[in-house]
Amino acid sequence: MNLKIALFGIAKEIVGQSVLEVNAPDDQPVQQLLEQLRAQYPALGQLSSLAVAVNNEYATDTQRLHERDEIALIPPVAGG
Amino acid sequence: MITIDLTDQPIDVSAALQLVQADGAGAVNTFIGTVRNKSTGRPVVRLEYEAYDSMALHQLRKVATQAQERWPMLENVVVIHRKGTLQIGDVAVVVAVSTPHRAESFAACQYIIDTLKQVVTIWKKEFYEDGDVWVAAHP
Repeated sequence: MNLKIALFGIAKEIVGQSVLEVNAPDDQPVQQLLEQLRAQYPALGQLSSLAVAVNNEYATDTQRLHERDEIALIPPVAGG
Repeated sequence: MITIDLTDQPIDVSAALQLVQADGAGAVNTFIGTVRNKSTGRPVVRLEYEAYDSMALHQLRKVATQAQERWPMLENVVVIHRKGTLQIGDVAVVVAVSTPHRAESFAACQYIIDTLKQVVTIWKKEFYEDGDVWVAAHP
């Protein structure tokens, strides 16, 4: 399946674009996507934290991804 | 009533205070976060907030709803966060709550701003005279 991942803040700078398209096995868990992205962009592995959001909610490591999901990579937030 | 907003325009603090007023509320507590001119000892010249809008609004509403569940006497909650470029002294965020009595008002207001900082998808970039840094990005 083809996943479109929205990028923000430092994650967008590291990858160099605001949307990343990734080819992934069907029902891929979040943890595997994170491992794949950290391998491809080692600077992502140096962040204080890196989460995945699916449809505007923080996803768990074992949550499975689907092509129609709205997926985003969430580097450490700093609002307020 | 919960009012949530994310805006690239200057925040009108007095309008936010009017929104939070309630006849049953004897206490209104407001937190105003402003841009300061230094960070970890380094002079800051301006900053930029970037947001994942749909998730930030959803998470802000969730935090406000959690506060209402925790303090059922909460009357109104207003949370407005700025995005875009901000100068020193600009208002970055306003959290205002109203309750019958003051203790819950202080507690709910603090809960909302603390939780906002942990979960809401907003990122801050500080600009110095000689560079810039995404806040909290690195250990």
